[in-house]
Amino acid sequence: MQEVVVLSGKGGTGKTSIVGSLAALAKGKVLADCDVDAADLHLLLSPKVRQKNEFWSGQVAQIDEAKCTECGLCQELCRFDAIKDYKVDPIACEGCGFCSHICPEEAITMRENMSGHWFVSDTKYGPLVHARLGIAQENSGKLVAQVRQEARRIAEEQGLEYIISDGPPGIGCPVISSLSGASLALMVTEPTLSGIHDLERVLGVCRHFGVPGMVCINKYDLNEENTRRIEDYCRSQEIKLAAKIPFDNAVTEAIVRGVPVVEYADGAVSREIEGLWDVISHP
Amino acid sequence: MIISIASGKGGTGKTLVATSLALALKDSHKVKLLDCDVEEPNDHVFLKPKITGSEPVSIPVPKIDEAKCTRCGKCAEVCAFNAIAVLGEHVLTFPELCHGCGACSYLCPEKAISEEKREIGVVEWGGADGIDFVQGKLTVGEAMAPPAIRTAKRHTDSDGISIIDSPPGTSCPVVESIGDSDFCLLVTEPTPFGLNDLVLAVETVRQLGIPCGVVLNRAGVGDDKVEEYCHRENIPILLTIPLDTEIARLYSRGITLVEGMSEWKDKFVGLFEGIKEIVDARSRSIKR
Repeated sequence: MQEVVVLSGKGGTGKTSIVGSLAALAKGKVLADCDVDAADLHLLLSPKVRQKNEFWSGQVAQIDEAKCTECGLCQELCRFDAIKDYKVDPIACEGCGFCSHICPEEAITMRENMSGHWFVSDTKYGPLVHARLGIAQENSGKLVAQVRQEARRIAEEQGLEYIISDGPPGIGCPVISSLSGASLALMVTEPTLSGIHDLERVLGVCRHFGVPGMVCINKYDLNEENTRRIEDYCRSQEIKLAAKIPFDNAVTEAIVRGVPVVEYADGAVSREIEGLWDVISHP
Repeated sequence: MIISIASGKGGTGKTLVATSLALALKDSHKVKLLDCDVEEPNDHVFLKPKITGSEPVSIPVPKIDEAKCTRCGKCAEVCAFNAIAVLGEHVLTFPELCHGCGACSYLCPEKAISEEKREIGVVEWGGADGIDFVQGKLTVGEAMAPPAIRTAKRHTDSDGISIIDSPPGTSCPVVESIGDSDFCLLVTEPTPFGLNDLVLAVETVRQLGIPCGVVLNRAGVGDDKVEEYCHRENIPILLTIPLDTEIARLYSRGITLVEGMSEWKDKFVGLFEGIKEIVDARSRSIKR
């Protein structure tokens, strides 16, 4: 089984459009949307939700006002400034439980926190595991791990060859959680100075966790000089450049229609993405 | 005044808006730009600041004095993040899992745990063309962005205008970045992805009680659903930036919109006036 995770560092480079199209091209796969903060893949795949699960993770402190003597020790010791005027700010609370251990009146308990949902859905392209982290919640990395674990279980159960996952932007906790132990990271970049800067950082994360990478340049014709710089950079880093996708409004039009671009247009964009899947599936 | 720039979806133009807003206001105000997208900070690409100082971002992690430790296991029991384990005669710590809460060292009955600093990033500051500049940078391979954001935000100015460029998303790094703002500007694009993620971002700022407005970027592609949503929810669209290959090319070369196309300066000043009106009206109504 191969697990391909699509990353970018910088947001908005086209990860979801590409994953949606790979969903349409690949045979025998389960899809995973690991961008649990702002999941969009479902908007291209029209999923029918088969299973909805609560995601319980982490804890939040709760003060029993009847027992609290307002001694202030919890406020003094909390390093996350989560207790003010003897009340817990659940958004600031890190769930460490320090206050519950030190309260001389045993007035603080930790309660489990439901921080989101995850779903198993059917799409015309195969099963999709996706999630929605609650607003302003922590533990996105753990929810990503839950999504990946379920995708892996489905792939094993149904004997599917690929897990294709849409990763979050950035390089922090949810990215690391999406990436560690994957077979391949496809990094989608764009020929902008920001795109190049962010590619270098996300490639660093892939190296740090020992996941092999490939690069795809999206909207390459927006700035061909920068595209050459990315090509040179990939050569210098011995990273395979898997595709160069041109700019085309058809990509946005396909998003508006809610379909993968390879099913909407048969121009250069679709041909490049087909080539990209060839490279990924025949390394 | 603290203005944060956020978006649910990545790549909608936060950096473009933050840098141009800062440049448009620098002649009339004291402006500080804080790049709190510590995972992928990009404002420096456009402003090319001269960095004059820096401080490390670190979190306190436990250090066990094996001579004093009796392997009682209290530290492992109280750690909510499984960052300490006692295995037979050994105490293992996993610093990358530690959130730095301090429970283990405080509660150790033998006082065998002290804390040492683990560096996870850096905050740098300097100047760029009349703007005070601050950026947080998370070290590649590190997971926890909020401490780097917290450290960067200590540089927020109470006088003048502080502009905070936030990371994308809706979870803890975003809350850390936009918390305490007087206003949050949400940058989006007129597509189903842009709308889906705008709705999440609006829920986030509303939960935090921060007034918000929208910048609609790449207008002209996509559909009208973002505008319909904003109208329905009574969220002002304070600036519209059209889909324009010239704007995209300037961006690709690391040139800000107000520098590349000078007619945009007045529009960004107008954006600020729109924000100021909302913030002033709100503080008047709170006083009443």
